[in-house]
Amino acid sequence: MSKSPEEEHPRTAFGWAARDKSGHLSPFHFSRRETGEKDVRFKVLYCGICHSDLHAIKNEWGSTIYPVVPGHEIVGVVTEVGSKVLKFKIGDKVGIGCLVGACHSCDNCANDLENYCTKVIFTYGGAKYHDGTVTYGGYSDTMVAEEHYIVRIPDNIPLDACAPLLCAGITVYSPLRTYFDKPGFNVGVVGLGGLGHAAVKFAKAMGIKVTVISTSPNKKKEAIDHLGTDSFLVSTDQEKMQAAMGTLDGIIDTVSAVHPLLPLIFLLKSHGKLIMVGAPDKPLELPVFPLLLGRKIVAGSCIGGMKETQEMIDFAAEHNITADIEVIPADYVNTAMERLAKADVKYRFVIDVGNTLKSSN
Amino acid sequence: MAKTPVDEHPQKVYGWAATDSSGILSPFHFSRRDNGDEDVTIKILYCGVCHSDLHTAKNEWGFTFYPVVPGHEIVGVVTKTGKNVTKFKDGDRVGVGVIVGSCKSCECCQQDLENYCPKFVFTYNSLYHDGTKTYGGYSDMIVVDQHYVLRFPDNLPSDSGAPLLCAGITVYSPMKYYGITEPGKHLGVAGLGGLGHVAVKLAKAFGLKVTVISTSPNKETEAIDRLGADSFLLSTDAAKIKAALGTMDYIIDTVSGIHPLGPLLGLLKVNGKLITVGLPGKPLELPILPLALGRKLVGGSDIGGMKETQEMLDFCGKHNITADIELIKMDYINTAMERMAKSDVRYRFVIDVANSISK
Repeated sequence: MSKSPEEEHPRTAFGWAARDKSGHLSPFHFSRRETGEKDVRFKVLYCGICHSDLHAIKNEWGSTIYPVVPGHEIVGVVTEVGSKVLKFKIGDKVGIGCLVGACHSCDNCANDLENYCTKVIFTYGGAKYHDGTVTYGGYSDTMVAEEHYIVRIPDNIPLDACAPLLCAGITVYSPLRTYFDKPGFNVGVVGLGGLGHAAVKFAKAMGIKVTVISTSPNKKKEAIDHLGTDSFLVSTDQEKMQAAMGTLDGIIDTVSAVHPLLPLIFLLKSHGKLIMVGAPDKPLELPVFPLLLGRKIVAGSCIGGMKETQEMIDFAAEHNITADIEVIPADYVNTAMERLAKADVKYRFVIDVGNTLKSSN
Repeated sequence: MAKTPVDEHPQKVYGWAATDSSGILSPFHFSRRDNGDEDVTIKILYCGVCHSDLHTAKNEWGFTFYPVVPGHEIVGVVTKTGKNVTKFKDGDRVGVGVIVGSCKSCECCQQDLENYCPKFVFTYNSLYHDGTKTYGGYSDMIVVDQHYVLRFPDNLPSDSGAPLLCAGITVYSPMKYYGITEPGKHLGVAGLGGLGHVAVKLAKAFGLKVTVISTSPNKETEAIDRLGADSFLLSTDAAKIKAALGTMDYIIDTVSGIHPLGPLLGLLKVNGKLITVGLPGKPLELPILPLALGRKLVGGSDIGGMKETQEMLDFCGKHNITADIELIKMDYINTAMERMAKSDVRYRFVIDVANSISK
């Protein structure tokens, strides 16, 4: 008979989980494995709320195994290290993002692209670890993971505001570096939420010229004055969109709702690239003619490998890039999810796990 | 008063044109410009019938200006050259493909990518620099700026080489651009028609493993025995499709009917590339999650520049690659169009213009 979440591992853990597709989160007692020889165990201090958490708790992608403890923007302080751990010691500030395992033998793993390994193990959500047990995420008091998947957080970066970089940050950093980090490049960022605002900050730090493309005219001032974008296009303003046709070398599309791609493809210069990092749950319509006539590309990108994730955090620390966050107590999480569904947050909620996630709740 | 097609230029020409969206072609008298300093005059021997000719004749894309003389897979013989023409002389065997003009000054033109110039001029149904309409190869002669004329390799037959001028370059160019030339890699070719069958031949010449993906089970023997494909995947066979998931490095999608892209994306390995060269009249369904999770991409490609088209012809000459054709007379064209609409051709009709176009 299979063991209950509380019994399956030797070390007790406490978190908040969703138990069905209503997505309602509530206190949940479970357990985690012993600290293995390659493992790092840490006390969780903060965990960012990613839109993927919302998709997962409501089973919008159809792959959730309940009960699910979400959270893959996790930061904290090391409490134990296994005997073979070389890079970390007790007291170090560390984080975990979306991955906690991969095969380590395929081409992708060999190229530091664990995120594209076909046997990748996500931090939560329907993933089974090597030992066959379900993985649980960072809305919890402790985390344990192999050293390979632990990210070092530099001292000068505030822990709470850096948590969202572990998913949102790497999700936009990776395609910016891979496709658009060239002198004089002009890149559009579609959608100004958790991913979008991080994309603007990283792009500006890389010296890329940025245009934010949004359906909300009221985000313009913020985008220009606070985030530093060079220009702002309201996507429903046909005249401005037409005037901007053929001006962008690339676009990072962070929007996770269904939306038309044709206007975005028209904004691209010939040979331009539209990189999708948002994940709408239904297919989009791809107009083929404009793609052909300009030899343009629509590509997907999904987070980044461990090496690139560390590089991204170090880059963020060097350039003082953090997410814009609203820190919340653990018991606010259901309200936060409702607000997140309405995009009512500037721009990421972060749960103050260390101070407010208590098993007596 | 605007001039008629017969009056607007000094040289009298005879061809076949569609005059309305029925797409029915019939004899048509018109005219072409005098041979200018940069021009080459070509007596047309053969012209391939491309599916784009049908789309245009029936105004399926919505931008046909009737009357239209289609044909952009033209092979012929030079009969006159302008005083600045150095690359060709009378008697040379030459080809003309999809474009006959571009701005020659933009970034794309300077990089030998005239096909991506915002001001390129199609061989037919376009406006030339002098403001007059261009007419294509279903006609007895054509006058073209030397820059857009291609030298035909000696060993490439004129009739079965003609379709290379559109079908050939349309699949050759993305193979070079997207890196689909590495021996041993696995390419899927979706659709086995004019474009698809040439893609199989080119891919085998590059040393790739090729799987044809098709809805027609009766094409399997042909694909493997005659065209040299390594395997054949029937897209309606769910079990075979499942077994093939994540096995292809690239797919060239030549299908111009409406079809969902999800199943093709599933066949790709991680980092796989789906290159679309067909021209469906409506947008296609693209699921985003598999694109992102596998870092896959969908890329477009549209014919090729002049330099690359010449390179493609030379490559085909070297490797004896020609199209599989059915040679027809000019007056068979309407029947040919009907048959092509039903994919009833192995794999391109070619009009024997010189021997069958008569006034």
